[in-house]
This record gives sequence, structure tokens and C-alpha cells, in this order.
Amino acid sequence: MNSSQDFGKVAAQIFILGCIMLGLGPLALFVLSRGALGALQFDSSVWDVLWFTLKQASLSTVLSVIPGLLIARALARRDFAGHAWVLRLFAIPTALPAIVVILALAQIFGTKGPLGGVFSFYGLGGILLAHVFFNLPLAVRLFYEASENTAAENFRLAAQLSFSDWAVFRHVEWPVLRNVVPRVSALIFLLCAASFVIVLTLGGPEATTLEVAIYQSLRLDFDVGRALALGFLQIGLCFILVALSGQVMLKNFTPPPQHLVQKRFDGNHPLARLRDCGLIAAGVLFVAPPLLALLVAGIWQLEPSAQLFSALTFSFGIGAGSAVLALVLGWKIAQSHEILSQNLSLAALIVPPAVMATGWFILLQGTGDTAPVVLLTIIVLNSLMALPFVVAIFAPVFDRHLLWHDKLCQQLGMNGWQRLTKIDLPLMRRPLLQAGLLAFVLSLGDLTAITLLGNQGVVTLPSLIQSQMGHYRGEAAQGSALVLAIISLGLSAFAQKLGRGHVID
Amino acid sequence: MLLIENGQFNRRHFSLAIDLHVKPDCFCAVLGGSGSGKSTLLSIIAGFETLGSGTLHLDGADMQGVAPSARPVSMIFQDHNVFAHLNVHDNVALGISPSLRLTEEEDATVCEALARVGLSHHMLRMPGAISGGERQRVAVARVLVRKRKILLLDEPFAALDPGLRHEMLDLIKDLRRENGLMVILVTHQPDEAQRAADHIIFLANGLVREPVSVETFFQMQGDKAIETYLGKWR
Repeated sequence: MNSSQDFGKVAAQIFILGCIMLGLGPLALFVLSRGALGALQFDSSVWDVLWFTLKQASLSTVLSVIPGLLIARALARRDFAGHAWVLRLFAIPTALPAIVVILALAQIFGTKGPLGGVFSFYGLGGILLAHVFFNLPLAVRLFYEASENTAAENFRLAAQLSFSDWAVFRHVEWPVLRNVVPRVSALIFLLCAASFVIVLTLGGPEATTLEVAIYQSLRLDFDVGRALALGFLQIGLCFILVALSGQVMLKNFTPPPQHLVQKRFDGNHPLARLRDCGLIAAGVLFVAPPLLALLVAGIWQLEPSAQLFSALTFSFGIGAGSAVLALVLGWKIAQSHEILSQNLSLAALIVPPAVMATGWFILLQGTGDTAPVVLLTIIVLNSLMALPFVVAIFAPVFDRHLLWHDKLCQQLGMNGWQRLTKIDLPLMRRPLLQAGLLAFVLSLGDLTAITLLGNQGVVTLPSLIQSQMGHYRGEAAQGSALVLAIISLGLSAFAQKLGRGHVID
Repeated sequence: MLLIENGQFNRRHFSLAIDLHVKPDCFCAVLGGSGSGKSTLLSIIAGFETLGSGTLHLDGADMQGVAPSARPVSMIFQDHNVFAHLNVHDNVALGISPSLRLTEEEDATVCEALARVGLSHHMLRMPGAISGGERQRVAVARVLVRKRKILLLDEPFAALDPGLRHEMLDLIKDLRRENGLMVILVTHQPDEAQRAADHIIFLANGLVREPVSVETFFQMQGDKAIETYLGKWR
């Protein structure tokens, strides 16, 4: 690595560390000024919040992973017209902003929906429903991809050796899935434990997670002692989860087989066919109706208004800024190939955005809360939240890139600008665009940063939807949500398409 | 005996016409350029792919709609012939019982097969702890316990060193003689075919040719497809 790359790496590290310190610093100073750690309030309500966080995350994980595993297996065994469309349907919830998903689910399970009386849409039931709606399709796709990575010869061998369904699962499928199940479970648990928008919207006093409780303590009650106690618990919890999921990923890494499965010979019994079809139908019936209901409801409410255009402008501006910053930071971190740097990119997963944003909020109180400052902080927080995903896209490409081209560039004396424009940028064009689009979409649908840092002068599309929902303008919210859903889905689909083709050989 | 009549296999950019008659104790090598359909031919015989039209008979029985496990066929692939989570003994035992519940007699059969391929001392080892050649021996031992009359080999020794490859081919030749097997070996190496097989099945231009003796095949003059395939090797 040359000196300009070193400088960039150190600058990126300092920037991320600075953001964390500027968030934690003011809070630490506050605690010290109140007589050190005595100010922390670990009372029973704090432990109740921790218990609820763990309970809802565990239940969401179990309810997503087990059905996800069964549906993925059914999809892997069956080949039918529309198979690809079912997989595409399962990709939609992941690409949608949380506020859009809540509105979609409300069409079916809300008080006015056809299944409105089945259970309370608010509280634990609603939170679990929304988390499962997001994560069940994610689990299906991840398990399906894993089973597609099974060596074709294993299924042929099983067919030749007359394996029963159970033997196929035990000897062929499970050895592959057992590496993936802990990883997917850890990922879903982490996402649910750190969930903010869903819990803020559907939760209540009895149904609050650490992340939301931190926000409520600081922004509604200004109870810094309680917020810090919650913040420490959240940091500890997320640190353990991120470390565990990292361990699981490292421990179970195996190179993919050369010949991937193309045809399955198991599950030909009529009962197995019936069970698989039932599982696939149940999955489709869980995911499709809320999305269709939102589409039908929203299409009649699409009204171009000045408010909508203003929100779109803010959203696009913040999205573009966040994407550029996340790309610059992600590039430098992925290029460094250092564990320390790559762990720093997980900052926003470990240090709760609510804690970071509150520190900044305290610092900025004297600046007059002007729109440019607010916009800047939202952009920085959004870029930090997108950073782990950007680094995940860049790192493997840089690994191969470095392996193949670094020595050649050194031999040819290509450094700095010359190498960047002639070698790195042309090679990284697709991953750059893919990561940029992903960061942009994440920022576009973000309600966390805008809730924590926003003011009345800055209204993005998600915050407009939230405000319309809060002011009993549900119809207008449906129209705005449809606009947000279409943009997010379009860009995500494009990013995915780019991702499939960014092999640089 | 293997008999394929008027066989036609079609995929989007690939088709194969097959008329083939192989005698019961024949050792055939399948030769042909990359992408000519050598592995597809074995997959059709094993039941992993089905003919679009035509008939396939094995030992006189029509194989239309017969599952791979019910055919008198064992197949060894280039890779992934063993399950990584089962030890050597259990990998062979799968050939007798997929539930791995063996009688004493069956267990003795597994031990005999492992002894025959020289792996008695590695019986309890995991596949990760033995060499590539030994892993292929495990697959051969499983073929022995399955007692099927036809053995299909889809380049199973391609990744092995030349010495080890010859050793494995000699083992297959011995097993064929001892058990009266029909062996069909897909290979990219003409010298391997010359050393092990008594007949050659040649694939070119979407056509599977009838087997000819090894001597005839390598002395054939004026056949453009064979001359292009062998090039200066001959």
C-alpha cells in the first residue's frame, strides 16, 4: 500500500472514530459532571426494556428462520412456472423502507383491514408481524441460495443410493445449511434487536426496545442517566451479537463447489409434493396481499403536491450525500484490508444511532439547529448506517483486485491518480454503482436519522409519510408510501442486477 | 448389456443422437472434445437426464421412468463422491443402507470392501483427513458393496497425480475382472483410454458413435473428427 492510500485509510478511520467520540463524548461528560457513574439508572424498567428487546428479537428470529427454512427447501425441490417470480416476490420486503411495510401490513391487519380483528396490530403482535414480514422472505432467499450452492453430485449420489427424504435432508442439505442457519439467525436477531422504526410506530409503553427507549428518554423525557444505562446495554448487546455473527461467518467459511445443483431427484412422493406446494403458497399468501393492498390503495391516492416534491428533494439530496460519503469511507476501509478498519465500519451496528445522534444533538444545541447543520448530521449518520453494507460489497472485489493487480501496478509504477483513473475506477465501476445505489436506497427509506436529528424544516419522504399517518391522513400516506416503494424497489432491483455481474475477470 | 436405440437428447444449444450397444463385460472409454456430451451420456445412462425420444435398455430391461437408484448402475463423479460429515466407513455403508443401520453381515461386507481398496486402516477417518486418491477409493468401495453390474466413471481420477491415476485404473480393471462389471469411463486422456479400455466410444458433432476396439480407433485414418480431436498426440 502506498502513502496516499495510507493517508486515505487513516483519514477514514479518524472520521469514523471522531463521529463515535462526538456522540459518546458529550454524554460521558454529562455523566461525569453529575458525579460519575452514580448518574446511571439501572432500575427495573431498564431491565424490562432489555427483556422485551431480547424476547421480541428471539421470537422474530424463530418465526422467520424455521418457516423460512421449510419454504426455502420447498422452493429448492420444486420447479414450476412462476418459480422465479416467487423468488422475486420474496426479494421485495427487504428492499422496502420500514414505514412502507407498516402501511402495507396495516391494509390487511390494521383496524380497517380484512384481518383487523385477528390480533392487536399494535404491541408485541404487530412488532413480530412486521419483523417476520421483513425477515421471513430474507431467510427464504438466503437459505435458498445456500441450497443452490450444494454440489450437484451430492443429489445425484443420493438419488443413486435411494435416499429417503429424511436421508437427503440429513446427509445432503443439512451439512450445507448448518453453516448458514446460525449466520442467518444471528443476522435476523441483530436486525430485530436494533429495530427502531417498527418498534417506534407499532410499540407502546409495554412494548419498547432499547433503541426506542433511548430515543424516548433523551428526546421526550431528557433523562440522560436512564438513556445512558440503556445505551450501555445496547452497545454491549450489539457488540456481542456482531462479534458472534462474525465468528460464525469466519468459522463456517467453505469454498463453493464447482458444479452447482441444477436438478433435484428427491421429494417425488405425492405427500411431499403437497407439503411443498402448501408451504410455498402459504409464503406467497403472507407476503403478497399486503403489498398488493398498498398498491391498490396507493394508486388512487397519488397526488403530486408541493409537499411531496419538497420531501422528495430532501430525500434525494440526503440520499446522494450519504451515498457519496459512504462510498468514500467504504472504499478506503475495504482497500486497507485491515481487520481493525473493517470492524470500525460496523460502528453504526454496535453503537446505537440513537446514542450517537444524541451526543451530536447536545453538541449542536448551541448552533441554532439550522437546516444545513441538521442535513449534514443526517447525511453523516445515514452514511455510517450504510457503511457495513458498502464495505461488504467492496471488500471481496478489492481482495481479488489486490491479488491480481497490485504487483502489476507496482511494477509499472502506477500510483495515485493514474492508478485510480486507469485501473481502479474502471474495474470497480459496477460495485461502486451497486454500493452507491444501496446506500442511496437505505438513506431514502431512513426514518431513524431523521427522527433523531431532524427538525420541522427538514421533511423527507418517510418523515412525511409518518406525519401524514400521525395526522389521520392515511390516504395521503398510502400515496406517498407507494411513491417511496416504487423508487426503492426500482433502484434495489437495478443494484441487484449490477451485483450479479460484477465479477471482474 | 447396454442398448440405446434412436436416442435423442435435446437442450437449448445442445443435442445428442445416440445409438449404442455395449456388451456386458466391456470396458469402454468415452472420448470427445470439450462440450461434446460425454458426461451427458453417462447422466442419461444413470437416469439423471432423460432421453427426449428413443429407448434405453439395461440388462434387457426398459429404463423408461426408472429412478437412478433402481437402475443396475453405480457412478463415480470427478468430485463430491463422499459426504464430508460422515467417516470413511459410513460413507461406504450408505451404499447398503441410507439409514446407516447395518446388520453384522452388512458391516462385514463394508469392511471387506474397504480392505479390498486398501483403506481398512482409515475406516474411522473423516474425508477431510484423507487424500484425494483415498477419497476416490472410498467411492470405489461403495461401488463394491452396491453390487451393480454397470460402473460409470465420470473423470473420477482427473485430479490425481499420474502415478496415482494409473494405480486407480489398475484397481478398476481388477475389480471389473473379479466382479464381471461393464465399465464406461469418460476421460480427456487418450493414453488413459488406451491403457485401461478395450473399446472406445467417440462423440463428435452431436453424435455418439458405436464402440470400436481401441486398436481400431487409434489406427483409424481419414476420419476428420478423430484427427482433429487427437491432433499431434497420435
